Amino acid sequence: MTLGTLVIRNLRRHTFRVALTALGIATVILAFNLIVTTVRAWYAGVEAAVPNRLISRHAASLSIHLPLAYRDRIATLNGVTGVTYANWFGGVYRDAKGFFPQFAVEPASFLDLHAELSITEAERQAFLGDRRGCVIGRRLAALYGWKVGDVIALKGTIYPGDWEFVVRGVYHGADAATDETWMLLRWDYMNERRQQIDPDRAGTVGWYVIRIADPSLAGSVTRSVDAEFANSTAETRTETEQAFQAGFVAMSGAIISALKLLAIVLNGVTLLVLANTLVMAVRERTKELAVLRTLGFRPSHLTALMTGEALLIAGLGSALGIAITIPTTYIFGALVAAKLGNFFQHLTLYTSTLLLSTSVTLCIAVCAAAFPIMTILRDKIAAGLRHTG
Amino acid sequence: MNQPVVEFQRVSKSYVRGEQEISVLKDFSLSIPQGQFLAIMGPSGSGKTTILNLVAGLDRPTQGTIHAAGIAVSQQGETDLARWRARHIGFVFQFYNLIPVLTAAENVELPLLLSKLARRERFKHVQAALGLVGLSDRIHHYPRQLSGGQEQRVGIARAIVSDPTILLADEPTGNLDRTAAQAIMALLTRLHQELNKTILMVTHDPHAADYAQEILHFDKGKVR
Repeated sequence: MTLGTLVIRNLRRHTFRVALTALGIATVILAFNLIVTTVRAWYAGVEAAVPNRLISRHAASLSIHLPLAYRDRIATLNGVTGVTYANWFGGVYRDAKGFFPQFAVEPASFLDLHAELSITEAERQAFLGDRRGCVIGRRLAALYGWKVGDVIALKGTIYPGDWEFVVRGVYHGADAATDETWMLLRWDYMNERRQQIDPDRAGTVGWYVIRIADPSLAGSVTRSVDAEFANSTAETRTETEQAFQAGFVAMSGAIISALKLLAIVLNGVTLLVLANTLVMAVRERTKELAVLRTLGFRPSHLTALMTGEALLIAGLGSALGIAITIPTTYIFGALVAAKLGNFFQHLTLYTSTLLLSTSVTLCIAVCAAAFPIMTILRDKIAAGLRHTG
Repeated sequence: MNQPVVEFQRVSKSYVRGEQEISVLKDFSLSIPQGQFLAIMGPSGSGKTTILNLVAGLDRPTQGTIHAAGIAVSQQGETDLARWRARHIGFVFQFYNLIPVLTAAENVELPLLLSKLARRERFKHVQAALGLVGLSDRIHHYPRQLSGGQEQRVGIARAIVSDPTILLADEPTGNLDRTAAQAIMALLTRLHQELNKTILMVTHDPHAADYAQEILHFDKGKVR
């Protein structure tokens, strides 16, 4: 026999109570994992940002465009090794639910600066050679069953009218963080139609993507780009791609903050549920614990016993929580996809999320054990031996 | 005359209940030589159990000093006292106080978990202790599967398994019928005579007290 034997036997005294506590912890772990997964999906763009890329947009608002002529001036600045540009297209497929990110881009330079969008050379050439061509991400293609050669009909929301694009390539993300739900269409084709629909905005771009020689140059290049266009009619605001993406996330800041707060509250619930179970166990075993102390068990032994019980219950809850999290995340992902399309393309359950929830729960278990431990050590042994009930 | 193994020097003990101070021991002195079997008798509330608690360091005196098994018990810290108890004190309770989720052998093994003995050695000691109290055939029984007398014998086996210097028995027959009580007292007498254990027993029962070498009558915190 070891102290561990006593820990396990003690837990088996009230299997129903332990099972309910573990189930409660498992439910909290499930909710925590879903929240963390959702928040991570929100930040996926930030995590995928490349450190040697900057984004330059109109200083006042992203909805105000910049002149195309800025491209050549940016390209000549020190530290800049490449420039491309893009516009938000904002079309829908069939109806409003058929929404996914569409960017009108200058194809050669855009693909050059976004090496993480991996397509074959033949597809690249086909895209460059067809003004109505487009390249779509693997996940987007899978969602709608599109393949090379298919025609995609979109309804323009920013640029009204019916638009048709021919799929010339399907890109794969170079890593798991790469967004595979984009549709890249050609800026020159969009601009040509825009000249007819909205001539005032023709020849303008939504933002520039600037590649720099080294991420350490980000600060100086940012300042020199903005200084270049200071006091012009279209001043720029330049920032790293990560900061640019984080700006989008910040728009949902209240929701994300609420989710994070909820995750903290859930862990508070775990603490209370577990502490309550342990305090009940200690109250029932007051006399036994006094007997152990009479036999010579030291405060450290009793601390080990209670912490062991807390960790075992939390471990059971964590294992159960992980077991139900895995299938639930897939179901949750499918439900979200059905409601929001590809809004959360990175709704992925990472091992690190599971490790985080388990670690947090085990830490909470140690904290929860502190309550009964304090009670045990505060009580006098003689009083414990007299305890009845 | 053997050296005293327990010595109370002008010990007083009082408890505070609300605004009232209740005196349990008043200027009490006692010396118990090594190898003595002493019974303390007295009515409920006379302070008998308090004496056992003070010897074992489960409670602290309000005044005076207590020496037992080589240390000044009243001046030790909690952790040091726990270590000392594990080595020197065996405690037999009126209500046995076995851990219900552990078998007889596991209950007896509990004090040995605090020693450096290997598992196999511990088991040998457990077998020997249970053999001494005549329960070799109940090793894997849980307390609920034993009679009161058998439970108390397991309690005694647990108290002696680590070969303590002093055996403290708090009403060891208080919860047993006459036959079981006689068997327990015979066992304690055997431990005293054969193993030369120092035994300090608190009891209401004059028949049980008769087994002791010496009887101390106690009332209102003082020896009569």
